[in-house]
Amino acid sequence: MTDTLAAYSLVAVYSAIAVYAIAFVTYVLDLAKRAALAQAVVAQPAAASIGRASQGATLTAEMPPTTSTGTPGASRYQRTAFALTILAWVIHVAAVVLRAVAAGRVPWANLFEFTMTGTAIIVGVFLLVQLWRDLKLLGAYVTGVVVLLGSLATANFYVDVTPLPPALQSAWLGIHVLVAMLATGFFAVGGGLSIVQLLQQRREAGKAAGIRFLKSFPTSEVLEVTANRVVIVGFALWTFTLMAGAIWAERAWGRYWGWDTKEVWTFIIWVVFAGYVHARATRGWRGSRSAWLAIIGFAAVIFNFTVVNLFFSGLHAYTGLK
Amino acid sequence: MASKPRSSEPRSSDPLRPDDHVDAEVTGTDVTGTDVTQPRLGPAGYIRFFWRQLTSMRTALLLLLLLALAAVPGSLVPQTTSDPNGVIQFQQRDPETYRVLDALGLFSTFSTPWFSAIYLLLFVSLVGCIVPRTKHHWDAMRARPPKTPARLERLVGFVSEPTNVEAGVAIDAAAALLKRQGYRIERYGDSVSAERGYLRETGNLVFHTALVGMLITVGIGGGFGYTGQRVIVQGEPFTNVLSAYDSIVKGRFFTESALEPYSLRLDDFEGHYELDASTGQWHPTDFDASVSTREPGGDWTAGSIKVNSPLTVGGTDVYLLGNGYAPVITVRDPDGVAVFSGAVPFLPLDGNLRSRGVVKVPDGLDQQVALQGFFYPDPVQMSDGTYTSFSPTDHGESLVTLFVYAGDLGLDAGVGVNAYVLDIDGMTQLAGGDSGVAALQLAEGQTVDLPDGLGTIEYEGLRRFVSLDIHHDPTPGWALLFAALILGGLLVSLFVPRRRVWVKAVGGRLEYAGLARGEDPTLEAAVADIARRHRAVLGEADRRMEP
Repeated sequence: MTDTLAAYSLVAVYSAIAVYAIAFVTYVLDLAKRAALAQAVVAQPAAASIGRASQGATLTAEMPPTTSTGTPGASRYQRTAFALTILAWVIHVAAVVLRAVAAGRVPWANLFEFTMTGTAIIVGVFLLVQLWRDLKLLGAYVTGVVVLLGSLATANFYVDVTPLPPALQSAWLGIHVLVAMLATGFFAVGGGLSIVQLLQQRREAGKAAGIRFLKSFPTSEVLEVTANRVVIVGFALWTFTLMAGAIWAERAWGRYWGWDTKEVWTFIIWVVFAGYVHARATRGWRGSRSAWLAIIGFAAVIFNFTVVNLFFSGLHAYTGLK
Repeated sequence: MASKPRSSEPRSSDPLRPDDHVDAEVTGTDVTGTDVTQPRLGPAGYIRFFWRQLTSMRTALLLLLLLALAAVPGSLVPQTTSDPNGVIQFQQRDPETYRVLDALGLFSTFSTPWFSAIYLLLFVSLVGCIVPRTKHHWDAMRARPPKTPARLERLVGFVSEPTNVEAGVAIDAAAALLKRQGYRIERYGDSVSAERGYLRETGNLVFHTALVGMLITVGIGGGFGYTGQRVIVQGEPFTNVLSAYDSIVKGRFFTESALEPYSLRLDDFEGHYELDASTGQWHPTDFDASVSTREPGGDWTAGSIKVNSPLTVGGTDVYLLGNGYAPVITVRDPDGVAVFSGAVPFLPLDGNLRSRGVVKVPDGLDQQVALQGFFYPDPVQMSDGTYTSFSPTDHGESLVTLFVYAGDLGLDAGVGVNAYVLDIDGMTQLAGGDSGVAALQLAEGQTVDLPDGLGTIEYEGLRRFVSLDIHHDPTPGWALLFAALILGGLLVSLFVPRRRVWVKAVGGRLEYAGLARGEDPTLEAAVADIARRHRAVLGEADRRMEP
């Protein structure tokens, strides 16, 4: 029974990755289309002299209608890609649920399961923030990251369902890890927005005219404010992760803080994002420098969850790999 | 942040900010504080200059980033506190690099002077920032919202609507509406000035103050605690006194009186395992140590220790770290007189509890004798004649194999020697390995002869042992309190908007506008909402007057 369900779960994981990959390609096609349209605008003599301030107005003639936030409405490619992302996510969530039922416990007790559920949460956060702001422009980035992490984990880290080792038998496994994955989801979206913001800034400064699809994206300032809202949610969640981890460590290991490698990296990530929040409030740092910190912070999260898990020794040895 | 409340606006209710904060007003002097037109600085001037630098946003940010960077080596290099064996292995593997890294303090990164310097400076900067801000905020909370600006057109969410409601009535209604929405209000003529979100700054200050509290809790409170390790064999009680520990780490302010002399005894230990049919591996599902404890003057009471469930006794928490088997071994001389007898903990080498242990017999035989052996709870012989353990569970068929050494045990030098490690320098191997004599093999209850007529050895029976971590730490309660304040303060300071809103009646029109004080992405919508609600209230008033 367990094996059958786990096998179905794995099939669902493969299917989800395949659909994400198709969605990724479709998002890229959408960006290519935008680049082509932006070039068409530039080619018109009247539009050539239009500066940044009136850019939105110029583009309305050529691009799909602009929404109130300044994000251009969805193209056909983007709508298709987004529908595919939702489909892939539903299959992905089914895979997670099947794995949980097969194991009879939370589906994040080893590195494979953690990646499977974590990527589902990244996409979940991406879909959730759409209700608040139209951030479909990040679709290629999010699906790209998820396809990459998902295939790497499935190919290299797959392990069969095993019972929960005594060290993980705690309600905190549910809380601490779930919130860590949620924070990761927000950091992923915030990191993506910050990358786009930096590119947009370069384009606005006339340095990266090559990336033409950015013309249809919001201004770097809008991207920055949006990224900040997303990142601070992640930061609050990460603060909770750190504290929940400390409370659990107090129960399981007899001390709430011991500079275990994973604790060190959790601390580093927290401090980097604390730095981000401060940079946002410091003259000369708001903008590109704070964006870099958001990206470095997300890179540290990924490092923590891949390299630290696999190659650093410590008490958080739950990859399930030999 | 050393800056005094700005003289141009002494009663400003704005949160006080360091000069280089994005929300701070530009005061004419260079925001970096390096004003080149200033006259030469005296000693006091220099102190003030450095203090300004230290408490600026930029410095705080730099120190934060340095702190993150300085913590990285602590994860790359094993730390004495969290991984002492890793440090020893590192030293043996690469003594050259070890010396260099040790000189830099990298094996105890988090207590090195340079790491401490960074966080102490950061906290000085923090205190220098929050103390004046707290005072300022205290005053601001009792100040009136500022005067309505003469012109609202340029402010956020400006709306101007015609009205035929009398100005005083309209503004009264607006003031009531804003008050209901949690604004502090102040009437200025035909306008109302409102401000809300003081909690944002309160939260910010609580967050930062609680960080200082956490540092003090961990830094000072932690000094009163201790952490000791002890291996306890079934049936052999442990008493909580200093000499009873195998190893103990004492806090800076530790005194022996902190140890409460209770006793603890391991009655039984059960490990539960599940077989993974596809890999043939046994996965542990539960470890349960049944113990009895007795506090001074009390009776033995039963308790249980599991991995995620420590036992609290005598002001300590007792944690289950590891477990294994302890064969009871008796060595006798050729006349049958016991020269060694006891349960010997064998330390597990793998998941199936194949374990290794050492028996040292310094006295009573013709030579000093050491036995180094393996224990197999569920033995299977492999094709090359060696053994392994098929499962971690003993079914009464367990096996002990032993190499025998004779010579100098090195115990007479007066130096502490690890009981679990045998130094075979200066000893001759009599059985096992290349000695030409087969290693001794003993099933439970068996007795065999030692080589060279030294005597006999008996494997009498089998007991369990557990290794326990025993902690006394007075800080977790405080740490939890400060953690809660940190989290609460952070949430409030990040998500409660601080904003001002004005409603003004000017020549038959009503004007609405807002001003963000810090990050506030929803201000425009909030002003529009206030305008709409206010119009709705006035509309009702109009209708009531008409008939």
